[in-house]
Amino acid sequence: MRLLNKDAVIIGGGPAGLAAAIQLKKNGIDNILIIEREKNLGGILRQCIHDGFGLTRFGKSLSGPEYAQIFIDEANDLGIEALTDTSVINITYGKVVTAVNRGGIFHVQSKAVVLAMGCRERTRGAINIPGARPAGIYNAGVAQSYINLHNTMVGREIVILGSGDIGMIMARRLTLEGAHVKAVFEAQAYPSGLPRNIEQCLNDYGIPLYLSHTVTKICGRRRVEGVVVSRVDSAFSPIDGTEKFFSCDTLILSVGLIPENELSLMAGVELDRRTRGAYVNDSFETGCSGIFAAGNVLHVHDLVDFVSIEAEELAASAAEYVSSDCLPKASIVVVPGRNVGYAVPQRVSGEKNFTLSFRVKQPIENCKVTVSQGGNVISEVKMRKAIPANMIQIKISADRLESGKEIEVTAV
Amino acid sequence: MCLRKVYDAIIIGGGVVGSSVARELARYHIKVCVLEKEADVCCGNSSRNTGVLHAGFLYKTGSLQAKFAVEGNAAFEQISKELDVPYKRTGKLTIGFTEGERERLLKLKSQGDRNGVPNLSIIGRDEIKQVDPNVEAEFALYSPTSGIMCPYMYTIALAENAKLNGVDYYFENEVCSVKKEKDGAFSVSTAKGRLYSRWIINSAGLGAPTVAAMLGSAGYAYKPVKGEYILLDKRAIEQIRVPVYPAPDEKGVTDLHATPTIDGNVLMGPTCNDVVQSCDLDTTADSLDYIVKKGASIFKGMKTEWIIRSFSGIMPRFVERGTSGYLDFLIEHHPDNPNVVNLLGMDSPALTGAYPIGKYVADIVAAQEKLAKNNSFDPCRKGIKKFSEQDVETRCEMIEQNPDYGEIVCRCEYVTKAEIVEALNNPLGVTSVNGIKYRTRATMGRCQGGYCETRIASIIQESKGLDRKDIRLDNSRSYMFTGEVRESCGCSTKTPSL
Repeated sequence: MRLLNKDAVIIGGGPAGLAAAIQLKKNGIDNILIIEREKNLGGILRQCIHDGFGLTRFGKSLSGPEYAQIFIDEANDLGIEALTDTSVINITYGKVVTAVNRGGIFHVQSKAVVLAMGCRERTRGAINIPGARPAGIYNAGVAQSYINLHNTMVGREIVILGSGDIGMIMARRLTLEGAHVKAVFEAQAYPSGLPRNIEQCLNDYGIPLYLSHTVTKICGRRRVEGVVVSRVDSAFSPIDGTEKFFSCDTLILSVGLIPENELSLMAGVELDRRTRGAYVNDSFETGCSGIFAAGNVLHVHDLVDFVSIEAEELAASAAEYVSSDCLPKASIVVVPGRNVGYAVPQRVSGEKNFTLSFRVKQPIENCKVTVSQGGNVISEVKMRKAIPANMIQIKISADRLESGKEIEVTAV
Repeated sequence: MCLRKVYDAIIIGGGVVGSSVARELARYHIKVCVLEKEADVCCGNSSRNTGVLHAGFLYKTGSLQAKFAVEGNAAFEQISKELDVPYKRTGKLTIGFTEGERERLLKLKSQGDRNGVPNLSIIGRDEIKQVDPNVEAEFALYSPTSGIMCPYMYTIALAENAKLNGVDYYFENEVCSVKKEKDGAFSVSTAKGRLYSRWIINSAGLGAPTVAAMLGSAGYAYKPVKGEYILLDKRAIEQIRVPVYPAPDEKGVTDLHATPTIDGNVLMGPTCNDVVQSCDLDTTADSLDYIVKKGASIFKGMKTEWIIRSFSGIMPRFVERGTSGYLDFLIEHHPDNPNVVNLLGMDSPALTGAYPIGKYVADIVAAQEKLAKNNSFDPCRKGIKKFSEQDVETRCEMIEQNPDYGEIVCRCEYVTKAEIVEALNNPLGVTSVNGIKYRTRATMGRCQGGYCETRIASIIQESKGLDRKDIRLDNSRSYMFTGEVRESCGCSTKTPSL
C-alpha cells in the first residue's frame, strides 16, 4: 500500500476545493493534492447548466460548468495535482487520509486537511412524507443530474415540493424539456430559495408557488400517480379539510441541503447543530488542529461566488498553518442572537479581520443587523429586507474587538 | 411470451416460506418451479418486518408457531453458514416496570420454558445493564437465543440456492386461476401462460386464502394488520445492543419496539393497525408520529434527524371467525385433495420458522411420492463479498484482482461497482434497482440513493443493454424514466461516461 506525504490534502474538487487549492499554491504551498470522487473536477457545478454564476466574483453571468472551468484551468496551469475517480474513505485526527480508486488503496499523511465535500440533499425519508414508495420520487439535484448529465427524462407531469433554489431551477428545466410542472409547494410561509429564481424560474413560466402547503401523502403503488397536498399551520401541521389531490407521475423534492460531514466526524471534528457543519474559528480551522473546512460542507451557501471566496480565505490560514504549524488561538465565541439562525465562524481570535456569515431566521423588513461584544456595538447595518434565503456577510475588523467577551449578532 | 410448462410441483409465492419450501424440495428428485407475482422474491411481508430471529416464548405451547420458532432458531446457525447470510444471536430484552407486566413476563417465561426455549430468565436492573447499558427498566425477560438477521438477504439466499439446485422461478406471474384436469393434474393460469403440475404448494402469503379457494379450500380469511416502521441512521446504533421490546399489555398485544438491524441501523416499530385492504402499504402520518413519540420512551436514540426511511408491512393475521382470536399457522394437507398443501396464516414467526416449515412441507411431498434424494443437491450458496467488511489487505487484493472494487458507487454503504455488477448477474435474473438494493445495500444509506442511483441506473443500462425507459424500480409497471431528454446520435446505447 502506498503512503504519500503532503503539505495539504483537499477533499473534494468542487468550487470550494478548487479555490482552496489554487490559493494554497499561490501562498507557496506546493505539495498539495485534490481528491475528487467524480470523473471530473467541478463538483455540483458540472450539472448546473443554467447561468447566474459569477456575478459577484467575475461581474458576469456564467453557467456552472463555465464558472468551474475557470478554476479548473487555473489549477491545471499551476500544476496542482488532482486525483479524480477517487473516494476518500477515512480521515484520522492525525490527518492521515485514506482513499480508494481503481489502482488500489492509499494513505496520505498530510500537514493540513481541507474539508471541501459540499453538501447533499435532504430526502423524502428524512422529512417523513407518508404514503406509498413508488418510482418517480426524485430529489431535485438527482433529477438535475439525470437530465443534464445522463440525457434522461425523469417524468412528464411534475409536482415539486420545496422552494429551494435547485427545485425552482428544475421547474424551469423540466418545463423547457417539455414536461408539465403543475405547481411548487412550500411548507414555510415564505420561499426558501432566492427571489431571482422565483422570478426567472417560476413566474416567467406561469408555474404557481403555494406557500404554507406541503405534500401529506404520496399515491401510486408502482409509479407516482399523484400527491395529496394540504395547507399547513404556523407549526407546519397539516390543516384537516384542506387536502387536495394533484395527479402527477413525478414528485421532485427540494427540501433542504445537509453539509456532508461523514468524513469530518471520522476525524473527530465537532459539528454545530445549527449549520450541521464544523465549528470553525476565524482561520476556518475546525476543532481538530490542522483540519479546515469551507464552502457547503461548512454551511450551505446560496451563491457559489461566496463559496470560492470563503475557500480562499481558508487557504490563506491553512498556508500559514503549514508554514508555521500554529494559528492564533480563537477564544472569543460568536453566538447567533435574536432572529439569527446561525453564525460562522463560531469562534474568533480577535487578532485578525474576519467575515461574519449568517442567516436570519424569519424574513424581516427594515432590518437592523447588530454585531456587538459585551454591550459594545462593533458593527451595525441597516437592510431594507433580510430573508433566510440570502446569506448575509459583514466584515469585522480586529481592532474593534476585545478579548474574552462573547460576540453576538442580531437581526431585528 | 406464452409460457407452457409441466412440473411435478408448483410453489405459489416467493416469500421466505415459499423459497424455503423450494430449497427443501430441491433436495429430492422432483421438478419444481416457483410462481411469484412480483419481479423478485421477498417483495411482500417477508421483507417488511423487524428481522428478528425469535426464541419461541411468545407462542402457545403445542402450537406449530412454537414448534417452528424453536426449531428454526436452533437451526439458524447452520443455515446462515450454508447460505452465507449474516445473523447475530444478540439476545433480546422484553422489559417491564409494573407488577402487572412482571406477571405477564413470568407467564411468557414459563410458556417459553414449556416450548423448549433455552435459558430464559427474568433479570433485574443490574443484569439488564450488563446486557445493554442503554436500557432503562425495572426488570426484563431475557432470551439469550433471540437474534437479528436480514430477512431479504435470507430469502434471496434460499431462493438462489433453490434455483442453483434446479428450481425454476417465474416472476410477474400472478396466478389467475387453477383448474383440475381430468388426469388429476392442476393447470395454473397466469397472465403470461399456463403451467401444469401434480402438486401445488400454496405459500402466497397474504394471497394464500384466495389461492386456497382456487384449490378448493374456500372460507379462510385474514384480518390484515398494518405495521409501520421507521428506519434510523447508523449513528443511532451506538445506543442499542439488543432488540428491546415492551412487555405485552393485558390483551397480549406488544407495542412497537427498538431493534438493531444486522446491517447496523436501528428499526423502530411496528405499529399495529387494522386495515381494510391487504394491498394498502401506505405509511400514515398518524403512525409515523406515534413511532417518533412513543419510540422515544423505549429508545433514547429516537431522533427525528436520524430518520432515513419509513415503510410498512401487512401481517397476514389469521383469525377465527366469530371470536376474532388469532389462530396458529395452518398447514393444510387433506386426503380429499392429496396433492395440495396450503400454508395459511404465515405471520410471525414464519421468518424464524421458514426452514423447518419448508422441511415439513417437503417431507409431506417426499413421503407421499416416495421421492429419491437428489444426491447432487448442494446446500451451500455464496453471497456477494462485501468490500466494506474486509480488512485493508483483503481490500487491496480485491482491487488488484478486479479494479471495479476500487470504484465506490454507494458512498454511504461503501458498495463498489464490482458488487453492483455481481448483483446484476444474480441467479434469479433480477435487474431492477430495488433488486440491486436488496442484494448490495446500495441506496440504503442516509442519502437514500442521492449519490449512487444515477450510477446504478447507468451500470444496469450498460451491462444489460437496456434503454433508459426499460429501467425499473421494482416490477414492470414501476418505470424510472420516461425516456431520453434529447434523441441520442444512435451510435451507442451507452450514456457518455462522466
